[in-house]
Amino acid sequence: MRVGRISATLAAAGALILGLAACGGGGETSAAPSGDGSVVDKVKNTKQVVVGTKWDQPSLGLKAGGGDPEGFDVDVAKYVIKELAGGQDVQIQFKESASSNREPFLANGTVDIIFATYSITEERKSKVTFGGPYIVAHQDTMVRADATNIAKATDLAGKRICQAAGSNSYKRITDPPPDGELDLDAQLVGANTYSECVSKLSGNNLDAVTTDDLILAGFAQQGGGNFKILGDPFTDEKYGVGLKKGDVKTCEAVNAAITKMYTDGTAAQLFAKWFGKAQGLTAPTAAPQFETCA
Amino acid sequence: MNELIEYGPALWEGFVQNLKLSAVCAIMALVLGTVLVSMRVSPTPVLRAAGAAYVNIVRNTPLTLVLAFSALGLSDQVGLVFSDDPAINGFWLVALGLSLYTATFVCEALRAGINTVPFGQAEAARAIGLTFFQSLTLIILPQAFRAVVAPLGSVMIAMIKNTTVAVAAGYLADVAFVMKDTFDTTGVSIPIFLGIVVAFMAVTLPIGFLTGWLSRRLAVAR
Repeated sequence: MRVGRISATLAAAGALILGLAACGGGGETSAAPSGDGSVVDKVKNTKQVVVGTKWDQPSLGLKAGGGDPEGFDVDVAKYVIKELAGGQDVQIQFKESASSNREPFLANGTVDIIFATYSITEERKSKVTFGGPYIVAHQDTMVRADATNIAKATDLAGKRICQAAGSNSYKRITDPPPDGELDLDAQLVGANTYSECVSKLSGNNLDAVTTDDLILAGFAQQGGGNFKILGDPFTDEKYGVGLKKGDVKTCEAVNAAITKMYTDGTAAQLFAKWFGKAQGLTAPTAAPQFETCA
Repeated sequence: MNELIEYGPALWEGFVQNLKLSAVCAIMALVLGTVLVSMRVSPTPVLRAAGAAYVNIVRNTPLTLVLAFSALGLSDQVGLVFSDDPAINGFWLVALGLSLYTATFVCEALRAGINTVPFGQAEAARAIGLTFFQSLTLIILPQAFRAVVAPLGSVMIAMIKNTTVAVAAGYLADVAFVMKDTFDTTGVSIPIFLGIVVAFMAVTLPIGFLTGWLSRRLAVAR
């Protein structure tokens, strides 16, 4: 029955290719909202929700060991979800959402809501509905504590700065607007993650790490007194709450929850908890200006 | 399909980096692998032991670790810097790590080739007064190379595909990195995936055919 086996194998291979092709087509069309209820309804009715956060950023979303991730994003998520449910306890399942899979995760329903250093940009607004922002970060620069030749962001001309895979922060230094900001002649040193950037900073091939001050603050806190943040911010990064495109109802509920978080003092308390020890950061006193829900 | 066309030029630029790395590593790995195999069959015990230790350690270390060590360890901490330009420095650090790694596979392929050369050849070489080095370069290695053209082809194909691990050394320019970077803006695009697969096959398939054909042509008739 050799022929039978071969044709069975071919059929299986054919099915596999068809399956792949189906995936290819599906990815582009399934982004439309399916209309099966908003996340706020799901939270209220089922008391269950899947939250996407970063798992590798100290003080924002960092998972160590077997438990839930920990950090500012995670605590804000817990507060907002509880508000969405009208103060009742909700079973939250955390799921890692790296920068590259945030949009697909929301579009295909892998996660319901995302708190993952998710900057609101015009390009992303076309694919995602943003609640918030719940905090505004600013791009800043971290150098070795004993560095004297870099005191402000414009000193980075001719210096070696870190390019972390999957992050565009370096463009703000090297490119002119609209993609960038300062348009300086800095040299890029590659690294896989910002943690690798920070470990390179203690070696001799890198002069500065530049990205959102909240991310740097986490590393500065982790690194003891070896690094310092310049405190010369030059952009506004509005961290938004990512929702499936078109979920306006949840977006408005999220904004109400964030307003409450600032008025009842929880925001200031969480900020102090996660970023209190880093120098050069000032805690926000009022909720940021919200984007329109769309 | 649109993404593949739109981002094609950037992806191609990345692929050129893979090709450059492959070319540099092929040369360095072949040279270093030949040196290593000479050490492993040499009459000096110290050289034999050093060659064997190097091959056994490096060949059994995951490539991502070798590359991370070459960038984070050798360059950042020890201070081995090829160029003041980080992009060029990164390229040579990857080339160094990948060559050191691939050389061990070249060495082992060649050692298998040496084992196919009948013992009488070495004895005859010695009998006519050739030194060890002369008999190796004039008698043994030429026959050994001919026997392992196809396996060396496999080693080269594996090395070419391994260039996509360059990100492990923080070298953010190769096609695998450009692909992931593109996915950050477009989302995962299957046409881009398949396009890169085709690009690699366009390089590796001919190598497979060529070395297969060469190995038949160059086979030593015994």
